[in-house]
Amino acid sequence: MSSQQAMISMENVNKWYGDFHVLKDVNLTIKKGEKVVICGPSGSGKSTTIRCLNHLEKFQQGNIVINGTELIEDVKVVRHIRSQVGMVFQHFNLFPHLTVLDNLVLAPTWVHKKPRKEAIETAMYYLERVKIANQAKKYPNQLSGGQQQRVAIARCLCINPEIMLFDEPTSALDPEMVSEVLDVMIELANEGITMVCVTHEMGFAKKVADRVIFMDQGQIIEENDPETFFEQPESDRLQLFLDQILSH
Amino acid sequence: MAVYEVKQAKPAPSNNRGLIYWCRQNLFSSIGNSILTLLCLYFLYSVLPPLVNWLLIDATWSGSQQDIVKEGARWIFIIEKFDQFIYGFYPQALHWRPNLVIIITALFIAAMMNFKHVPLKLALMVLYPIISIIFIYGGVFGLEVVDTPKWGGLMLTVIVAAVGIIASFPIGIVLALGRQSHMPIVKTLCVGFIEFVRGVPLITILFMASVVLPLFFHDGIEFDKLLRALIGITLFQAAYIAEVVRGGLQAIPKGQYEAAKSMGLSYWQSMLLIILPQALKISIPNLVGSFISLFKDTTLVLIIGLFDILAMVTLTNSDPEWLGYEVEGYVFVTFIYWVFCFSMSQYSKSVERRFNTELK
Repeated sequence: MSSQQAMISMENVNKWYGDFHVLKDVNLTIKKGEKVVICGPSGSGKSTTIRCLNHLEKFQQGNIVINGTELIEDVKVVRHIRSQVGMVFQHFNLFPHLTVLDNLVLAPTWVHKKPRKEAIETAMYYLERVKIANQAKKYPNQLSGGQQQRVAIARCLCINPEIMLFDEPTSALDPEMVSEVLDVMIELANEGITMVCVTHEMGFAKKVADRVIFMDQGQIIEENDPETFFEQPESDRLQLFLDQILSH
Repeated sequence: MAVYEVKQAKPAPSNNRGLIYWCRQNLFSSIGNSILTLLCLYFLYSVLPPLVNWLLIDATWSGSQQDIVKEGARWIFIIEKFDQFIYGFYPQALHWRPNLVIIITALFIAAMMNFKHVPLKLALMVLYPIISIIFIYGGVFGLEVVDTPKWGGLMLTVIVAAVGIIASFPIGIVLALGRQSHMPIVKTLCVGFIEFVRGVPLITILFMASVVLPLFFHDGIEFDKLLRALIGITLFQAAYIAEVVRGGLQAIPKGQYEAAKSMGLSYWQSMLLIILPQALKISIPNLVGSFISLFKDTTLVLIIGLFDILAMVTLTNSDPEWLGYEVEGYVFVTFIYWVFCFSMSQYSKSVERRFNTELK
């Protein structure tokens, strides 16, 4: 029963870049509607882990099942999985040659074959949600970083994804813009979508996460509910990491 | 209570407008600069007046050869041979056909710019070349056939350049994508083709197309010489386009590919909708540069016996009644080439501005 509810399951996933062993036996099961925050020092494999989930990175061993579909190297399977998984990137990756609205309409019309009119309605609804509907006709480079990241989130929501992946969504933002993006993410979390978020925003993790995962050197070292995770870390490595990021 | 001090009046600002100020700032700001300015002025003084005299003031614009009294350019030669420069050996009575194609081309461009309906645009893109060929070549609807050896002059130059540019563009894009492909056979073929063609001068390819290619066919199978030249030029140009487009593709950040993929777009969708529009936009200046050099290279077709505008000038100069008019002829050709190339480069600037969404 519990395995049926799993939205994401990673079993013994191993990945190498050449000789470098990036992911070592990563096991992770995320239930439908669960919010998971992954943190860890840079180079610990946390981004690589979530990039494996929509096959932006290949892995050499183990298996991944997303919403009941096993991720194998097959164009159709990969596209099917990607069409259910939204990803928000550190550098937004909006398409600069398209208006904000066209950025949002693209995937629904081309991947999900929705009529353009319907796609525009959905797009405007989500732009409204991220409080940026008045910028729909502008080009991404005319917006601030925080606005761009909110557009990127709206772009993912337009495909009505089962899972949202966030790859350090606030790391490239100026400090004053971090909260506007986090607010949108918190709102989203409250609606019950499955979220996996790589971030160093510990306040966000405490407020939203059902589970916080600590990775180091390609391994999951520790996972716990946020309270235990921050108050009583079990491993020394996590203790050290928390001291470093919370000390200043 | 605040105490206000009376300030000393400042001197009036020195004049920083007007011609004299501009000259001082831009032409005579230092000794070296002043010397260069004077040298340039002297150069212009010694070159411009005689040139203008020869080109315009002392030139002969009308009349016959016997009437020439002035020292300057004898443009009557150009006027006399104008039709040959433009149409080559195309029968005079049928000149209306290429002229009509020019009008059709103008209408076609206007339609492409103003119509929004995509299927209609695609239909026009297929119809336009067919209609143009029908009018120029003939053979159907009671139009008399004008064989390609009779084509010549500026008409031939433009046909060769236009076909080369239009046909090579999609091939070049496919080659560029193939070069980036992860499929080893596709990649090897594309790299092999591009590197081979780029390593060979155009003149060699034209020779191969006109002399070597027929050796592979049985006697009697004669493929049109112009068609062979067009295929050669198209393949040659495609290799260059491929390299220009590759530069554009490499300039697109990896994040764009990843964002497109992560949304579930297929390879062709992400290329056509996301990557190529951006890559081509970056490549416009280099693409136009390569089109301009192709336009000038078309003149090489004269070595396989096709008479483009330059070859027509050389040919008309051997007319015993009109000997010794080379200079006028070549000045005229220079002017024509310049008009075309300059227009292309200006057009590219306007296209660049239109597509610039980064700063709008």
